Amino acid sequence: MKMIFGRPAGLTETLQRYCPGCGHGIVHRIIGELLVKLDIRERTIGIAPVGCSVFADEYFNCDMIQPPHGRGPAIATGLKRTRPECIVFSYQGDGDLAAMGTAEIIHAAARSENITVIFINNAIFGMTGGQMAPTTLPGMKSTTSVKGRDIAKQGYPIKVCEMLASLDGPYYLERCAVDTPRNVIRTEKAVKTAFANQISNKGFSMVEILSMCPTGWGQTPVQAKKWLGEVMAEYYPLGVFRDLSKEGK
Amino acid sequence: MAEKKLMYGNHAMVEGVIAAGCRFFAGYPITPQNEIPELMSIRMNEIGGVFVQTESEISAINMLFGAAAAGKRAMTSSSSPGISLMQEGISYIAGADIPVLVVNIVRGGPGLGNIAPAQSDYYQATRGGGHGDYFTITLAPNSAQDLYEFPKLAFELAEKYRNPALILADGLLGQMMEPVEFSSKPIDPKSLSEKEWALCGCKGRERRVVRSYDLKAGMLEVLNLRRAEKYAKIRSNEQRFKTEYCDDADLVIVAYGTCSRVSDAAVKMARDKGFKVGLLRPITLWPFPMDVLGDMAKKVDNFLVVEMSCGQMIDDVKLATECRSRIYFHGRPGGGVPTPPEIYKRIEEVLGGAR
Repeated sequence: MKMIFGRPAGLTETLQRYCPGCGHGIVHRIIGELLVKLDIRERTIGIAPVGCSVFADEYFNCDMIQPPHGRGPAIATGLKRTRPECIVFSYQGDGDLAAMGTAEIIHAAARSENITVIFINNAIFGMTGGQMAPTTLPGMKSTTSVKGRDIAKQGYPIKVCEMLASLDGPYYLERCAVDTPRNVIRTEKAVKTAFANQISNKGFSMVEILSMCPTGWGQTPVQAKKWLGEVMAEYYPLGVFRDLSKEGK
Repeated sequence: MAEKKLMYGNHAMVEGVIAAGCRFFAGYPITPQNEIPELMSIRMNEIGGVFVQTESEISAINMLFGAAAAGKRAMTSSSSPGISLMQEGISYIAGADIPVLVVNIVRGGPGLGNIAPAQSDYYQATRGGGHGDYFTITLAPNSAQDLYEFPKLAFELAEKYRNPALILADGLLGQMMEPVEFSSKPIDPKSLSEKEWALCGCKGRERRVVRSYDLKAGMLEVLNLRRAEKYAKIRSNEQRFKTEYCDDADLVIVAYGTCSRVSDAAVKMARDKGFKVGLLRPITLWPFPMDVLGDMAKKVDNFLVVEMSCGQMIDDVKLATECRSRIYFHGRPGGGVPTPPEIYKRIEEVLGGAR
């Protein structure tokens, strides 16, 4: 019998502990496949975040490190500067990247560190049980904004791609989503570009990926996909925010 | 004869770090240690090393975590408030059993305090400093020569035990000029062995993971107990100290760093006046030289602890001597530096007519 679909060599055999309908598994697979397609698995060092994907250090079949919450881009800087021959990627959620690690991501981007950042935005703290994230939408319910995020008291969400696009440093910034097959394919293309940029020493590349969290959102997996496309992607528009290759750089 | 140069302590430290084969520095400016990153930025550029001026000390310690996890010698320097910010990272690095070198040129605290020399970070340095069960190997230089030589020793101990190492100095040592002898041959980083745990890509081997967590039931307890065995080994192997005039002493001063230099002069004043006074200078603050102090307590009646703080190391002296002797204290907190006559006066008060 001919096998037409299997686990990519970029992922370990470890059973992933994600909820049904969660977007992490899709993005893990995209990265796992690209580690093989780009032939970089054996020289890649991945960085897991703190959050639901803390266990990413067990899932990616390459050297991995698990740093303090939010500090991935600083760890990546240390790794890449000492091992420039290695491919270094930091996988981070919205609490990790847009709350605790805001300074680290901004300055890594400003220095244009030659690293790849995969930023999962699911608008909620998943691991700790559904609290408000820096990316929680206005009016969106969470366990620390039970009546919906009140802008007057809890402020506005952070639009990370737009914020980083105000800097001169980044080489490539794109926001994608994994709610539909079409968007998954688009995401794979963006993640591939973000790794290819690093391989050719272009500098800082980040892909923000809007991702479903049915558990944290209190929705079914099907409802979550629909909500992402209709509500979340309205607030966080998909698209390329920076691509210096288009400017011949 | 080895080359001798008149140097600032902080500059001697930079040369010592480079001579130790370290090619990675990340740090954030803070007084009184700015001479270290300033010279580092020039020297690392000259020798093909890495210098990163970071956005914060939090970022600096995590860059170190990354560089050291990649198997390379890596260091940062800061002063007290900056070292407080690094404690999260040091805890993770200790929990991941990664060797790094952190230099604290201590200043007056708490809070923003001042920029004068102090020894008030002793507890933080010798009790772990961050969250969780861990210790950091802590060396206390007392001269520019030590600042040149201790980085090599610190890296060797850090790598031998896979544990973070600290050098605890103060602004006075860092900014004092003294002759430094370049005694040892500089280490070529390429000559350092590849670490069997280093992250460098999994070509031809199993993938490696560096982490400080384990959520499997009971596993963290096992890991912490294993680390406790390591600490016990360090405690029994690595206690370093210097003694002078202790053999017949009625009173032994215990002092490290700058205070040991000042106390040395006070001991000589006391000896001139006929007082039998000795000096014990801890070189490792963790592991603290418990054994020698324990032995001394059997015959020495009086100890005088001299610190630039309200009294922190004195607790370790009490523990080491099991309070068998009388323990006196002379401290100058908040940036004060004791003088030899001041210490001599305390000796006179304690020993009175005992000469």
